[in-house]
Amino acid sequence: MLRIRNLEAGYNSLKVLKKISMHVSSGEIVTIIGANGAGKTTLLKTISGLIKARAGEIVFEKKDIVPLAPEKIVLLGCSLVPEGRQVFATLTVKENLILGAYVQYRRKRTDEVSEDMDRIFKLFPVLKERGRQLAGTLSGGEQQMLAIGRALMSRPKLIMMDEPSMGLAPLIVKDIFNIIRKLGEEGSTVLLVEQNAKAALGIADRGYVLETGRIILEEKAEELLMNKDVQRAYLGRDLDSEVEIK
Amino acid sequence: MQFGSIRYNTDTPELLFRYGMNWEFFFQYIIAGITYGTIYAVVAIGFNIIYNATGIINFAQGEFVMIGGMTAVTFSHFMPLPFAIASAVLVTMITGGVIEILFIRWLYKPSVIRMIIITIGLSILIREMSMHIWGESVRALPYFTGTSVSSINLGGVYISPQVVWVVGISAIAVVCLNFFFSYTLLGRQMRACSANRDAARLCGINAGNMVTLSFMLSAAIGALAGCVVSPITYVQYDSGTPLAIKGFTVAILGGLGNSMAAVGAGMILGVLESFSIWIMPAAYKDAISITILLLILFLRPSGIFGSAEVSRLKEF
Ligand SMILES: Nc1ncnc2c1ncn2[C@@H]1O[C@H](COP(=O)(O)OP(=O)(O)OP(=O)(O)O)[C@@H](O)[C@H]1O
Ligand SMILES: [Mg+2]
Repeated sequence: MLRIRNLEAGYNSLKVLKKISMHVSSGEIVTIIGANGAGKTTLLKTISGLIKARAGEIVFEKKDIVPLAPEKIVLLGCSLVPEGRQVFATLTVKENLILGAYVQYRRKRTDEVSEDMDRIFKLFPVLKERGRQLAGTLSGGEQQMLAIGRALMSRPKLIMMDEPSMGLAPLIVKDIFNIIRKLGEEGSTVLLVEQNAKAALGIADRGYVLETGRIILEEKAEELLMNKDVQRAYLGRDLDSEVEIK
Repeated sequence: MQFGSIRYNTDTPELLFRYGMNWEFFFQYIIAGITYGTIYAVVAIGFNIIYNATGIINFAQGEFVMIGGMTAVTFSHFMPLPFAIASAVLVTMITGGVIEILFIRWLYKPSVIRMIIITIGLSILIREMSMHIWGESVRALPYFTGTSVSSINLGGVYISPQVVWVVGISAIAVVCLNFFFSYTLLGRQMRACSANRDAARLCGINAGNMVTLSFMLSAAIGALAGCVVSPITYVQYDSGTPLAIKGFTVAILGGLGNSMAAVGAGMILGVLESFSIWIMPAAYKDAISITILLLILFLRPSGIFGSAEVSRLKEF
């Protein structure tokens, strides 16, 4: 579904991504883990077109999307839930969701919108209660749910999420991961970036480890969970001494 | 008895105010204030639309008002008044769109100071071009109904029919705009872009087109204001600037970006100006808005209505 080859990108003179190659197949949940500043957000922004790639190719559904603007990429079915709950604060919850469905209107699939809205409300009942409230006045967790719901309204073939659990209480984190798992079970394809590596690997099929702009490891999620280096660096656990540091 | 273009009733000699005011006189001032206030509010809304979409103040806003008035006068020689006004609004709207496409769109993340210089430059350019096209003569549309001396009796207060047109058309325009922004997909797209440009693009919205649209809307509403006031205030190649200053004051007074507050702020400035003639020479009338502008900028940069926090969450 998504295949990236030798991708390079960055900001002005700063080169962040170095020769990234990876892929996501249809129906998979793939996670990218990596330390702060490794370039995870940069990678997702480059895929979604917000940052222009300098070299390499990004093929989505057999189409090179590097030259396309972000709005075209969304129309093709590749949606990003950006880092830090970027909801439209001055619009109501319902308006946020309607705008999420904007590409559906472009595709002349208007009839599906209210059906999708009901689905989102079933997934996140709290959003239904808050429908007429301004999105900026929602709690952090609710805003994250709205950001995910908004992206789902576009009926993406691939949904990319940038740290959906950031800054949320453990209980809500669990909810969010359950929802991502559910999306996967329903056949959605998910590319998930997470600091919370343990939880992410717990629901993912496959994972990549990104370190200073390079992919250093690619493996099945269960194997990454058992990998000593990964445990030491990202799971806060040292298998050799068998002492849990936490 | 005749007072300017407004007839005023002398049947009640009762002096209610120190400076020789009676109730009718008082209402005439209020009505004059509301009339001008309405126009200021509409110009301020023009500022706000572009500000919300781009974060910049378009200093050529007054020129949109002038182009609207001027083209309407020209068109009115060839066609009935309503068509002339509609065409003028359309022409100005297209002008606004073209200006954005030519001068703004291709700039990549321009700094605020650069945008200020560009829009000021544009306003000078438009003024000069207008002088070449229309010359320096003062023009005006005819009164929409009646003449400059006809009046409507509103419970003892006589008002010019044009006042009704100014307030009525402006009110309809504001209501339509509000509806557009609140309930149409296009309006919501524009608000989404001003709330969070990148997130809007990630929803598939073409943010560049929304900016062009904001210039077109802003030009259209400015032009409409230019048409409805032109019978009262006349229009000339440079008559946009003073209106832009008043409109800018009102936009700041209400809190930049907040168009509903601009209506209230417009009324305040209009009525203050109107009553200022009562206590000081008419020549100082224009100083009021500058004074208010400076006071607001010094004391309450977020406007008089609510805090910056609230106004950020409550734009049009
Ligand atoms: N807008 C920007 N301009 C310049 N440099 C940037 C910009 N955004 C990020 N960077 C730099 O690019 C590098 C990678 O940043 P990125 O946001 O992709 O990291 P990340 O892996 O998402 O980290 P985190 O886990 O903290 O979110 C960092 O060194 C950062 O300083
Ligand atoms: Mg990040």
